[in-house]
Amino acid sequence: MTASNEPRQPNTWFAVVRVLIMAAVLFVACNAIFALLDPLEALGRVSLYNVILPGRERLPYGEDASKSYNLSTYNIPAMFASHVVSRPKAPDEFRVIVVGDSGTWGWLLDNQDTLAGQITARRLTTADGKRIVAYNLGYPIIALTKDVLILDEAMRYQPDLIVWPVTLEAFPRSKQLFPSIVQNNAPRMRDLIARYQLKLDPNDPRFVDPDFLGSTIVGQRRNLADWLRLQVLGFSWAATGIDQAKPAEITLRQSDFEKDVSWQEFEEPATLTEDNLAFDVLEAGMQIAGRVPVLLINEPTFISTGRNSDLRYNSFYPRWAYDQYRALLGSKAKQNNWPYLDLWDSIAPDEFTDTPVHLTPRGVGELAQRIVKEMRWAKSNE
Amino acid sequence: MTFDLRAIGLFIIAAFLYAGLLPGRARAWALLVGSVIAVYWLQPNAPIRFSAFILPTATLILTVAMWWFSRDPQNPDQLASLREDRMTVIAVAALVLLLSLERLLPAEWRVISAARPPDPVAVLMALAAAFLVVAAIDRFTRQRDRRRVLTGGMLFLIAIFAVLNTDALATSISRLWRFGTGQDTSIASALDLSWLGFSYVAFRLIHTLRDRQTGILPVLSLREYVTYVIFASSLVAGPIDRAERFVGDYRALPNARGLDAARFMPGGTRIAIGLLKKFVIADSLALGMSLTATNAAQTQSALWLWVLLYGYALRLYLDFSGYTDIAIGIGMLFGMTLPENFKRPYLKTTITAFWQSWHMTLSNWARFYVFTPFSRWMLMRKRKPSSAMMVLIAQLATMITIGLWHGVTWNFLAWGVWHGVGLWIHRQWSDRTRKWYRSLADKPLQKRWWSICSWFVTLQFVVLGWVWFALPIDRAATTFAHLFGLGW
Repeated sequence: MTASNEPRQPNTWFAVVRVLIMAAVLFVACNAIFALLDPLEALGRVSLYNVILPGRERLPYGEDASKSYNLSTYNIPAMFASHVVSRPKAPDEFRVIVVGDSGTWGWLLDNQDTLAGQITARRLTTADGKRIVAYNLGYPIIALTKDVLILDEAMRYQPDLIVWPVTLEAFPRSKQLFPSIVQNNAPRMRDLIARYQLKLDPNDPRFVDPDFLGSTIVGQRRNLADWLRLQVLGFSWAATGIDQAKPAEITLRQSDFEKDVSWQEFEEPATLTEDNLAFDVLEAGMQIAGRVPVLLINEPTFISTGRNSDLRYNSFYPRWAYDQYRALLGSKAKQNNWPYLDLWDSIAPDEFTDTPVHLTPRGVGELAQRIVKEMRWAKSNE
Repeated sequence: MTFDLRAIGLFIIAAFLYAGLLPGRARAWALLVGSVIAVYWLQPNAPIRFSAFILPTATLILTVAMWWFSRDPQNPDQLASLREDRMTVIAVAALVLLLSLERLLPAEWRVISAARPPDPVAVLMALAAAFLVVAAIDRFTRQRDRRRVLTGGMLFLIAIFAVLNTDALATSISRLWRFGTGQDTSIASALDLSWLGFSYVAFRLIHTLRDRQTGILPVLSLREYVTYVIFASSLVAGPIDRAERFVGDYRALPNARGLDAARFMPGGTRIAIGLLKKFVIADSLALGMSLTATNAAQTQSALWLWVLLYGYALRLYLDFSGYTDIAIGIGMLFGMTLPENFKRPYLKTTITAFWQSWHMTLSNWARFYVFTPFSRWMLMRKRKPSSAMMVLIAQLATMITIGLWHGVTWNFLAWGVWHGVGLWIHRQWSDRTRKWYRSLADKPLQKRWWSICSWFVTLQFVVLGWVWFALPIDRAATTFAHLFGLGW
């Protein structure tokens, strides 16, 4: 009698219990192995993007996946694997990566209108004939720690130049461990703190450190589901080219203000120092870049002429804080010999959209032009 | 409560308690009570005041009324169940009243109704009024042709169905209802009338009425009839069982083994497969790899439109067949074997075979109650159309019925026509090529290639048909053109 002719085992409770026990053992074993191996980062590098789906032109971020065909995930390797930057670098490519906040990411902007998009669109080449291709690695959170986390991973992708627009809002020390992407990447962030002696608490209670159960498949189900969703959403992204849900109407940034000079924890003007502003994180970024040149930019900010604009430049910044920050950043750049562009007032107020750091496509175009001008070795092929 | 993971989990727990603790003679009653409660429990909340209670109550009133009209009063078996029928009426009415007492509980303690029920006194009066109306209709029609009463019942159900599934009519009813409850009529919408499971309930009721007309419906007690129509696991997404098959299992419940591994093993496996299909794969596909009206308008190339369309086809199958697996699995746990609804439909090599394996219980229903009577009626006419024309008309009528069952809209009509014409073309084709096809029996390789080609063509036809199913008619027409590279 062959195996296929053998009568099927009857369904008895013994058989049911045996199946349930086997399933339970398998379930526990898979969960335990998962918790021990912690394969999420490795899994993150497995991606349909750049294989059967086109890579995304900016890092995944989105609140309503059904409209933006995008979602936020804490898995940094998965974010990069979904990005076009993870494609192999062509021999004739001069790779520029642009890190930064939502202004760099391109809030309310199409991909071709972002800073990276507009730099690439200029079809520049280097003196030795390499094509300058800029990659948008901005992420819509303002904090230097987040920039450094991204930059640390981005170095795997062989950049030739790093463009790093920053603004004061990214500097407050008290904000550095606030972003959820930082809190949920505790081992990476702790490693950075240790490697670069950052003045941040590696034992901050906001760091998310899953225990053994939290590291199992069950505990990590949200992260696993996010990885799966990111792959599935790639089909809609590929089909539509949409990766952001833009509102039909936007509320313009505030122009009139109360008589208020407070900023962060300061109610009144005070002297800002390195204790308040995380210049050590900025320096860590420079060290991460190593030999790759970094063009540091104090990004444009909206300068209001409205009510109480003598006290505040905009809703983000009172004049006293911003002026001090500019002076500190300028001297820091000079002291360290960092290539630095202070473009704080380079864009006309009308080119700002919903916040003091978000620009219109034209505003971004002007910014790109200023940056390209700084890349003196670049030649235009247009 | 919707038919979600929590509900499925509770069904499984209930099945264990039912099978493990209840004596055999109590099982049939337990299924009735459980199904009545489930009608209220699964009904989602709607913005119209009391609708979450009134709609399930209407389901029960309609069911009892249709049983009344579909009885065979002269049949000794029907007379024998009189005492049980009275007890069933009392039990169902008492349950409804008991559930309405949830009104007295604070919102956080309310576990069955999705919203605050109406006043129990009003519920009692409504039940009494419904009883009087049914009794009055019965008295008025007692001396008349019973067949007409049954036809009237079917037309009444079809009318409700048409109103619910026609946007403008449903909105008008919603407006009227809102006016009656003193709510804002300007925001009335067809979605206000989300009557859980009515499509399935209506088709089961029509089946019993029609089978009574033709004399093939077995005698059913009220308890059997109500449990058949609203059986909890198949209330939301089918399958549409046949009464005579259902009562076979139902009557065997007292003698069935309680916690029987022979039921729980396959039932549990079936539920697990259904959960995987529906909640893991189909829901993931729905997120970003499935055609919608929005992404159809946003898609930039024909290739990706095809990808999304295939994603939709896969998702639809896994979603629906997953729900069916869960329903069948839960049914097994309770000792009821529900009919299969899907049999690898996307692997079929003809459109006829596809419809014999996709939503089989609905297509069988349509064949019994639309295609066959319609064909017979045409055959009996003095001036008969040609045979081919008769088949075309009957196929169109059947498939349009199936289309409109999903909603009275142009796109579902178009979908019905698409399949009606497809079935007809296949019939003409197979009539003309039958001899040649038989000759392939000696040429296995050629036959295999022919099967592969047939499968491919059938699948494309079905998948293209989903465009009409998934999208509003204007968007569907544009998308159809875009799929073939036109109109970009």
